[in-house]
Amino acid sequence: MTAPFKKNDDSVVVIIGTGAGGGVLANELAQRGVSVVSLEAGKRHLPEDYINDEWASFGQLAWLDARTTSGDWRVATDFSGLPTWIVKAVGGATVHWAGASLRFQPHEWKAKTNYGAVSGANLLDWPIDSKEMAPWYKKAEDKLGVTRTGGRKGLPGNNNFKVFEAGAKKLGYKYVHTGRMAINAEDYDGRTSCQQVGFCFQGCKYGAKWSAAYTDIPRGEATGNLEVREQSQVLRIEHDRSGKITGVVYADKNGKEQMQKARIVCVAGNSIESPRLLLNSASSKFPDGLANSSGQVGRNYMRHMTGSVYANFEKPVKMWRGTTMAGIITDESRHDPSRGFVGGYEMETLSIGLPFMAAFLDPGSWGREFATALDSYENMAGMWLVGEDMPQETNRVSLNHDVKDQFGLPAPNVHFDDHPNDIAMRNHAYKQGTAVYEAVGATRTFPTPPYPSTHNLGTNRMSKNPRDGVVNKWGQTHDIKNLFISDGSQFTTGAAENPTLTIVALAIRQADHIAKEMGRKNL
Amino acid sequence: MTDVLDRTSMTRRSLLKQSVALGVTFAVGGSFVAANNAAWALEVKHLKPSTMATLIQMARDIYPHDHVGDEYYVTAVKGYDDAKKAASVEEGISSLNAAARKKGFKSYLDMGWERDRVDVLRSLEKSKFFQTVRGGLITGLYNQKTVWPLFGYEGESYSKGGYIDRGFDDINWL
Repeated sequence: MTAPFKKNDDSVVVIIGTGAGGGVLANELAQRGVSVVSLEAGKRHLPEDYINDEWASFGQLAWLDARTTSGDWRVATDFSGLPTWIVKAVGGATVHWAGASLRFQPHEWKAKTNYGAVSGANLLDWPIDSKEMAPWYKKAEDKLGVTRTGGRKGLPGNNNFKVFEAGAKKLGYKYVHTGRMAINAEDYDGRTSCQQVGFCFQGCKYGAKWSAAYTDIPRGEATGNLEVREQSQVLRIEHDRSGKITGVVYADKNGKEQMQKARIVCVAGNSIESPRLLLNSASSKFPDGLANSSGQVGRNYMRHMTGSVYANFEKPVKMWRGTTMAGIITDESRHDPSRGFVGGYEMETLSIGLPFMAAFLDPGSWGREFATALDSYENMAGMWLVGEDMPQETNRVSLNHDVKDQFGLPAPNVHFDDHPNDIAMRNHAYKQGTAVYEAVGATRTFPTPPYPSTHNLGTNRMSKNPRDGVVNKWGQTHDIKNLFISDGSQFTTGAAENPTLTIVALAIRQADHIAKEMGRKNL
Repeated sequence: MTDVLDRTSMTRRSLLKQSVALGVTFAVGGSFVAANNAAWALEVKHLKPSTMATLIQMARDIYPHDHVGDEYYVTAVKGYDDAKKAASVEEGISSLNAAARKKGFKSYLDMGWERDRVDVLRSLEKSKFFQTVRGGLITGLYNQKTVWPLFGYEGESYSKGGYIDRGFDDINWL
């Protein structure tokens, strides 16, 4: 059987979402001869469509369905209807991501063991470790063409990096370089090298940055085993009397409900939509939602400890020129409780254009203090701070029955309170980031609050014991054999690193497992 | 803003003849607000000219960039001259003027020092009117492509081949 597949074909694997998790899984299964129907809520935008304009691109790519927020995080005040900054399009957030591709550090797979009891945190060890993941990370790095791995060279440093590097060295940091990036420093795998356009967040018009939209998806389609249905938003997952998944109901591009039967369903809709879908699929057999016997679906929402430091200098930096995030200091990513917190954080170069700087530098602020900060925009350098945040049961995605989406379904509410450990880490990171820039003559620095979340993790977490989480070490739900989770919502803990490489590595590993289990007739 | 002048078919000279000075910056006539030197003029259809003039000053006081001309602030707020928005804008500007009178001035535009006007804005910053104007300026002012060069920002670069050969690493003062 080759694509397109019939809606009553119950031999197919249905994958919901086409991003770093779902998009890679679809291709990897298709390459192994498995028939796959991928349902993608968004449209297909390719490099020729991407727009070098922040707000116009945001309108083209961002996920803007109804959402609500609560909790003490500042995002709930500043961007109450926009808890996340993620993508609704074929390729998902891999269109938007900056390309930072870091492996977890070995100790981060076992946060509970290594950090000990942290009051108020729902820490747990992953049921897998760095040794088990090493070969999958290698495959992921080779797929993405990650610089400074597999013999690939690093990207050249842009102006923003040069300021960052000089400050880091003056401060005594030892590990600073242009990052391990899924952006080609040299032509690789049919994709060109980086032309230093900037606008990495708006989709790479040269295709120098890896995105599932123009790599894994078309390659999977070329096998004849993958059919991608665009503008097809899944509304619920259905099961039979025994509890086995039978298929999914989705709204097609005309808003009409369609049913696609399935042998296996893999959910990869990002950490907001994935748990929401399980909750919205509640039935008389599963009144609390699918795969939720633990009560953990939607809980332990993590979004990384984040913040930024921008700094103004006497002379021009022009930070927007070139790669958005090709620069890293890893000295602070270690676990060293003497700093007043467990876990660590990365410092990574970051630039945003004038329009987004106005929106994000200090949301809600006005007057001359704010305006003079932007007056020196040309002389500004910037970095992002990204570290491990603590999973908390009360940080969660739940259904808001008072607010409905365009299909009449309850919108997700995203509740987040910072854990004291997150706050201590952010304050430390602000201080160190400021010191980096002051070391090279910053005249004014800005400890900038978190943006709407780009790293959404943990809401269907992986656990050894079914009581502690939603999925097992393969991403298979503890409760339902033919239901898998394939995105960042599997994360047991968040580690300090940008999550995409780990999501991709887990997806390749999961594809291998599913194909083998199908072959053995276990699935 | 010359396009606005063209549409109102007013020359700068005739414009100034018809107008009276309002505060230190603006001139207003029957249906327009203009710069005192008539560098730009905006015809208003639904708002009182003095209301639009006050709104323009309010916009500058919220995000004051001394090197950015009034015309960019005009562009950012001229959309409030709208039949559906006019009543709430008139009401909002009235509240500004009322607060100014409490401080002993004739109006918001009568306050010569920015600090006095900012005091008035601070007293009203929780209001829906203030937050609407402030929030609207984030895109209304800073997303004008013509304003970007005034901040050094270069905008799109793909059509020029990125910065690989155009200074992505040209910093020379470190």
